[in-house]
Amino acid sequence: MKNGFSTNEIMITTAARMLRDAEVVFVGIGIPNVAVNLARRTRCPNLVLIYESGAIGARPERLPVSIGDPALVTGALGVCSMPEVFQYYLQRGFIDVGFLGAAQIDRFGNLNSTVIGDYTRPKVRLPGSGGACEIALLARRVLIVMNHRRRAFPERVDFVTSPGYLGGGDERERQRLPGAGPEAVITDLGVLGFSADTHELVLESLHPGATVEQVQQETGWKLRVAAPLKQTEPPSAEELRVLREELTLPSGAA
Amino acid sequence: MSKRMTMKEAMGRFVRDGDTVVMEGFTHLIPFAAGHELIRQRRKNLTLVRLTPDLLFDQMIAAACARKVIFSWAGNPGVGPLYAFRQAVERGEPIPLEIEEYSHFGMVLRLQAGAANLPFLPTRTFGGSDLPRVNPRIKQVTCPYTGEELWCVPALRPDVAIVHAQRADEDGNTQVWGLVGVHKEAAFASERVVVVVEEIVPRELIRRDPNRTLLPGFRVDAVVEEPFGAHPSYVQGYYDRDNEFYVRWDEISREPAGLDRYLEEWVYGLSGRQEYRNRMRATYERLRARSVPCEPVNYGF
Repeated sequence: MKNGFSTNEIMITTAARMLRDAEVVFVGIGIPNVAVNLARRTRCPNLVLIYESGAIGARPERLPVSIGDPALVTGALGVCSMPEVFQYYLQRGFIDVGFLGAAQIDRFGNLNSTVIGDYTRPKVRLPGSGGACEIALLARRVLIVMNHRRRAFPERVDFVTSPGYLGGGDERERQRLPGAGPEAVITDLGVLGFSADTHELVLESLHPGATVEQVQQETGWKLRVAAPLKQTEPPSAEELRVLREELTLPSGAA
Repeated sequence: MSKRMTMKEAMGRFVRDGDTVVMEGFTHLIPFAAGHELIRQRRKNLTLVRLTPDLLFDQMIAAACARKVIFSWAGNPGVGPLYAFRQAVERGEPIPLEIEEYSHFGMVLRLQAGAANLPFLPTRTFGGSDLPRVNPRIKQVTCPYTGEELWCVPALRPDVAIVHAQRADEDGNTQVWGLVGVHKEAAFASERVVVVVEEIVPRELIRRDPNRTLLPGFRVDAVVEEPFGAHPSYVQGYYDRDNEFYVRWDEISREPAGLDRYLEEWVYGLSGRQEYRNRMRATYERLRARSVPCEPVNYGF
């Protein structure tokens, strides 16, 4: 907390600032869940929160512990079944932003949340796709949030759960995947985008206190760095107040 | 015709060794009381179906009820991994566990195809993912109208669906509100349907609010009244999710000995949900939902 805020807090505020008011957001578990609820309570009062559980236009009065929390239903605009949320909202193209996390991301933004090691004899069995694969393919904008660690940033992921730019370049287009591909990766060290030509990750912004050397150290390939490299805007006092006073998890939640 | 019976009787009559059993509920309405009864009756070789196996399947896997799980996200939401599931997949203990894996969308479509009596349903997900590589049931299909390449998944037709809900009448006419997940698809896809409810209500109450009905009684084989039967998951309007228990499960389930102790104390050691409720009285009180009613609508003409 040497800057007056934690790394989680700057990840959350940075993610929240990438949202535009009145966008329809498909909300995932963890940091995205907090970021979206922060954005709705600060800059983006008209954000529409949709959870894959079927809550449409949720306005949770407490921070939801999971994407199926009962607080998502109380006061929501609507509730629909999961076949509807995946077909009529996501596949139909009505989701503006999807947030994803994963255990691994590679140079071209492919995400792994399935398995470390071989699929049939896994070193670590991870939870699996959930809705991640279809969010990566069918949301208009895809934002990724994860901690920047060398084991989480290998040059190639062990398993592609949710496709990014596959082998890079124009491969995603050639394979005729729907959706444009991921837009940005927000980590605890900075913000990365994707280069227009090779579609590989490029470091675009450093959080206060982080260095290029540190980011390179935590990345499993020679990382491209944008020039000029920006400095991430720290969380504002108001954002920190909302985070600390209104968006703390209820007792018993992890 | 009343289809009301005890949990013991319903599980005994409608779930057999080797069956494919879907027990849905997305965070909401997870049929724990039914799962515990299946463990007590020592059902074996089940193929268990859920998008999110959750603590329920972790317990059933630890109790060696399952030979296979069909799923799309296996974790303890917001807490960590499912240790019994992982132990069975990574090390084959207590018995080997086969897995068949999709994304949520894939699972949803499998049940929807089953419910609609179609052989498969197409989708725009899966392109570029490794999931089709490890699961050959996910295939490509060409649209006969546009020539477009789509992905598709086969219908899932379980032997039994166990559906937890807020209320039903004795005939099995079942009403749900809050998150409905894939409850309806699971029930219509399956051969037999057992409904477990928080309360059995008069027939007239169901008929006064027909839009809330998820399943008509003729699609239901048995209805069981089991208050607090979805704990530690939740039932909208009845009780909140026991998030503390989900966190505690991480510790309980980390070692096989902890799992065994839990099953001994809370499943094998109890005669049924009545005893569980008695021992959980304080928790039940802590989680009880506050009242947030909506206005009645006019069904008149």
